[in-house]
Amino acid sequence: METVAPPPAAARSASRTPAPPAWLIGAGVLVALLGLLPTGYLLVLGGSSENALSLMLRDRTLSVLGRTLLLAATVTTASVLIGVPMAWLTTRSDLPGRRWWTILGILPLVVPSYVGGYAVVAAFGPRGALQSLLEPFGVTRLPELYGFPGAALALTLFSFPYVVLSVRGALLRMDPAYEEVSRSLGRGPWHTFFTVTVPQLRPAITAGALLVALYSLADFGAVSLLQFDSFTRAIYVQYRASFDPTLAAVLALMLVACTAGVLLAEARLRGRARYHRSGAGASRPAATVHLGAWRWPALAFCTLVVGLAVAVPIGTIGFWFIRGIGAGEPLTMVLDATLNSVVASGLAALLAVLASIPVAVLAVRHRGMLAATVERATYAGFALPGIVIGLAFVFVAARYLPWIYQTLPLLLVAYLVRFVPEAVGITRASLLQVSPRIEEVARTLGRPPSAVLREVTLPIIRPGLMAGAALVFLTAMKELPTTILLAPTGFDTLAVRIWSATSEGFFARAAAPALLMVIVAALSLGLVLRQERDR
Amino acid sequence: MLTPMALIALGLAACSTPTDSAPTGSTPTSSTPTNSSGEPAASEPAETGTVTIYSGRSEELVGPLLEQFTEATGIEVEARYGDTAEMANLILTEGENSPADVFFAQDAGALGAVAEEGLLTALPNELLELVDERFRSPTGEWVGVSGRARVVVYNTDALTEADLPDSIFGFTDSEWSGRIGWAPTNGSFQSFVTALREIEGEDRAREWLEGIEANEPSVYEGNNPALDAVIAGEVDVAFINHYYLMQRLAEDPDVTAANYYLTDGDPGALVNVAGAGILDTSENSEAARQLVEYLLSTDAQDYFATETKEYPLIEGVEPDAELPSLEEIGTPEIDLSDLSDLDGTLELLQEVGIL
Repeated sequence: METVAPPPAAARSASRTPAPPAWLIGAGVLVALLGLLPTGYLLVLGGSSENALSLMLRDRTLSVLGRTLLLAATVTTASVLIGVPMAWLTTRSDLPGRRWWTILGILPLVVPSYVGGYAVVAAFGPRGALQSLLEPFGVTRLPELYGFPGAALALTLFSFPYVVLSVRGALLRMDPAYEEVSRSLGRGPWHTFFTVTVPQLRPAITAGALLVALYSLADFGAVSLLQFDSFTRAIYVQYRASFDPTLAAVLALMLVACTAGVLLAEARLRGRARYHRSGAGASRPAATVHLGAWRWPALAFCTLVVGLAVAVPIGTIGFWFIRGIGAGEPLTMVLDATLNSVVASGLAALLAVLASIPVAVLAVRHRGMLAATVERATYAGFALPGIVIGLAFVFVAARYLPWIYQTLPLLLVAYLVRFVPEAVGITRASLLQVSPRIEEVARTLGRPPSAVLREVTLPIIRPGLMAGAALVFLTAMKELPTTILLAPTGFDTLAVRIWSATSEGFFARAAAPALLMVIVAALSLGLVLRQERDR
Repeated sequence: MLTPMALIALGLAACSTPTDSAPTGSTPTSSTPTNSSGEPAASEPAETGTVTIYSGRSEELVGPLLEQFTEATGIEVEARYGDTAEMANLILTEGENSPADVFFAQDAGALGAVAEEGLLTALPNELLELVDERFRSPTGEWVGVSGRARVVVYNTDALTEADLPDSIFGFTDSEWSGRIGWAPTNGSFQSFVTALREIEGEDRAREWLEGIEANEPSVYEGNNPALDAVIAGEVDVAFINHYYLMQRLAEDPDVTAANYYLTDGDPGALVNVAGAGILDTSENSEAARQLVEYLLSTDAQDYFATETKEYPLIEGVEPDAELPSLEEIGTPEIDLSDLSDLDGTLELLQEVGIL
């Protein structure tokens, strides 16, 4: 917030940060330790490797790592450029069909990476649908898709919603007063957007961007289908080809180190400014911006993005579906798998949001070494490929906790570790917008900190918590490797069904579960949005 | 090594809320396939028994077969499905604590890796002897269940069989530049490279890899994407396993691709197997033995021949009529257990710059 003077109260409270209550520290540290478990496992494993250093410093390892980091940076930039306007249009403008665009702008998150990869190849590959559409016009060769461009395209299309979700929450809660002051002082709408709105969105944008960056580092399915030689692929090659987990662990530790670097960059970018509203705590919606003639380019933009990120994969699934019916493929019912997916992802979402609260409260209200360490520790696993997280829990549980091994609770703990960063980012960004004054008032009225959190803070940030839950729900639903390794034996989910069918080339059989997954995701997003409106 | 992990384990134990508090014994496999809540199922009578299988082959392929087994024997099957490499790594990570009884893998290399760690037990001779020596472990820890031939799949609009060389080495000729697809991260491909090293020697294998690499092949994630690329005409040929095309033909009979089988002991004519082994730690070894026995029964072998279009491996069951017989292919003389030198193959692929 360089351009807007901070609320006068800010300076006063900066000097004294109250010591956090013990239960808050305990809860935060527990979440952090869980988050560090996979890294601990990797250290134990990788530490025993004699060739660790030579593998790490090999030219090829380093060049693959460099390329992967470049990919992550590109995807992150593109996702911010798409996600921020998308979030603004669907929350602040009179864009026709806003509510539908909101759902469609978040839905791509549920598309499993390997389905998305197949869809992008089918649509834009050298002999894909687009090429055959353009053939009559003399286009014989599309620009090269495979490699970096295709991987960047696919990852952007299926991860920009991280930015949308995070930014739209911030826009909904943002105090419109600053923008109004800016307008009343004669700044135009564009100028106000870039000098007042965007700086206030910084924590939300960086929170979303962070998830996009780490997700791009971790993804395997889409990048390998698009023939991009990513770092994750190098890790999988070790697992697949040599069954040697120590070298895979060494490579995975390099990803953890990259995560640390990305986190430091994010900490610099998000700054230390305060973002809460200046006045009373009651939330006041911002005035709707009338787009006027801008409506048409705005609609074109949304149509293009949604067309690429939603219509292309659904079209591909639909094509599999029709081809399958044509070939007499029976429509298998997948009710069990649907139920399992909903239950496991729903519980994971609940757990992740609960776990994100102590971490975010520490990070926002009790800044310091401890809070910063706890917050970053929760991110440690997010850039790791699922197989690493899964095997870490297998290692610990099969050996030391056989009573919990291959049960739903253990799967949920693994989901929690994998997805808690998604909730932490949004919860943190929401909390930043709540003035500590409100909490202090409740304290002076005699309420203990835990009651203040429960009765004052959490209700105010509920939209953020819901958005975090939605995010975890959608991404947990498509999670594959952890599910395969840790679910109770025979516990079938939609993601497992889809993968099981596509991996053997039974695309027609993958269609029904894939469509169901998209439908469940759309319905759950609809529910979340309805709650938002009812408030 | 134990101390830090034990600490982490303690942390995990402290925070997990065990909704499932009923003891499940040392093999936590008590939930039935449809039991989604993680609650313990009613205990089974011991004589019917349950067998837990880790299947590196997908449910689409082997699920119906396992149901048939339960119908035939009354033994319940708990199946965990995943990628073969994932399942092998799972067993290797679980070590002696594995709840699995049977490991069913898509290729011999994964079985070899698990056997090498001493995690598989020797199978009874009467099971091993059902299958030709070439298709089982010489030390008896695993047995091949179905055969899968390496083929060159080609686009029938671009080529006819006459255009294709007699040997896999023919594809190193520069006329194939830009026309080849392959999947070097795939287990079957790597097994083929291992076979190539065994048959032709390290130098010739390197020569082949460098020759293909010089022709700038398109790199696909697996056999199916490579097949897709051949059908779409992105590339003219790809090196994959024979049954992917058969499967595709069943969904769409008009695809413009055909399989080309190399013959006469050419390394390109390798026949690899999907196979099974019993875990050393299995507490249901009798049920496990019955399951492996069933996989080698006429019923199961018929299933592989007709449903997955693989090669049956026992006497008296014929492969799909559209496939050339194993004798016609003339697979190279090689022991599949020799294909366990995966580290050497990985090293070679990395040296040549393919992985």
